[in-house]
Amino acid sequence: MVPLQLVVILFAAAAGLAVVLARDIVRQAILFSLYGFALVVLFVVLQAPDVALSALAVSGIAYPLVLVSAIARVRARDKRGRE
Amino acid sequence: MSRTVRLTMVGVSLAGFAALLAWGVADLPSFGHYPGPYGDLIVKLVQPQRHMANAVTAVVFDYRGFDTMGEELLLFAAASALALLLRETREDEVEDIREPVLSDAIRGGGLLASIVTLVVGLYVVAHAFITPGGGFQGGVVLAASLAFLFLAIEYQRWGKVAHSSIMEPVEAFGAGAYVALGLIALASGLAFLENFMELGVFGRLSSGGSAILLNLASALAVAGGFLVIFGECLQENVGARHGSRTNR
Amino acid sequence: MSILPYLLAVWLVAIGLYGIVSSRNLIHLAVCVSVCQSGTYVLLLAIGYKDRGTAPIFSDVPASRRAVDPVVQALTLTDIVVAVAISALLLSLALKAFDHHGSLDPAEMADLKG
Repeated sequence: MVPLQLVVILFAAAAGLAVVLARDIVRQAILFSLYGFALVVLFVVLQAPDVALSALAVSGIAYPLVLVSAIARVRARDKRGRE
Repeated sequence: MSRTVRLTMVGVSLAGFAALLAWGVADLPSFGHYPGPYGDLIVKLVQPQRHMANAVTAVVFDYRGFDTMGEELLLFAAASALALLLRETREDEVEDIREPVLSDAIRGGGLLASIVTLVVGLYVVAHAFITPGGGFQGGVVLAASLAFLFLAIEYQRWGKVAHSSIMEPVEAFGAGAYVALGLIALASGLAFLENFMELGVFGRLSSGGSAILLNLASALAVAGGFLVIFGECLQENVGARHGSRTNR
Repeated sequence: MSILPYLLAVWLVAIGLYGIVSSRNLIHLAVCVSVCQSGTYVLLLAIGYKDRGTAPIFSDVPASRRAVDPVVQALTLTDIVVAVAISALLLSLALKAFDHHGSLDPAEMADLKG
């Protein structure tokens, strides 16, 4: 196993742990994007460029948009409920 | 039982579960020594048999086209279910909301990003069988280009472009066209989803036969599905922040 | 050392499951489900890898070059795109549960107990 693969695997493991242990959901959304980026690098190193392309588009744009819009909507309803 | 006791029990049992899984994967062929004949066979045959350069999209749209049809219909079902769940924020609640974009940098950057992403998305969809790319990746990038447009213009105007009455037919057309292409193959005497067009010259944009049409259909379906999802999420968001004062 | 990628997949599934069980917020739970799913992507791609293999795209590489398995890559790439749509559905279910109960904490949703 090439040393580059070893480093990327360890980085992905650490990023995954950080995502699960994050308690504030906005912080978790940003950490999830970072974890997605770690996975993209892992997929490129495992010689899978198609998978890396789809993981990049998804974890960079689609998933954060849906996640942050859900968080913002919850916070807005919460604030209006308390008014 | 208290939360700490519950979490300790879960921790212990998850450790046991992980140990069991680790014992299971230790028996796999060691990393780097893929043994199976199927992958090697496809790599050897994709150029002479199918005139395609990208073996992965050849598997997605040609060798295993049936599985891709299942995935696409799954995406269609998920987008429809989401639209159904979030339909309560009706159109008239968000009709009069004006949210002008205040920063010129965001407006300019959003427009630039939108145009660049649109071109990249079209490139990725078109070059499915030559370079890494395909309908699924390109569809997400095309949906992302319209999401960047939301940053640049306010929600009112964006809602007219990415309205669900435009995007839902696009998505339905993509999913339906995929199945219809399979039925066309069936009607011309071949198997369902088998190739029924000229295979073309290797390395050109026109290589691949009817898998090109399957690629375009799935790009439309994925882009439409994601735009339905984005549209519903953003409409829900805008409605919650400014909408009518009805409280549950 | 040669089973390390498989162990990464096992690790991601295990911590994803722990995140799901210990979560106090439905949105946090949805993200942990995604982490759990990505463990399976890593497992699939690690199985198909060949030492010194190249990506299975032959536009400028002769077809006699050693290449990694394209079938598992095909499975993974459609899976990633569809999983996002399903996570969006899960998040909208969380939003509806929040509307109904007033909180995102699974422990406070007394109707779901028992």
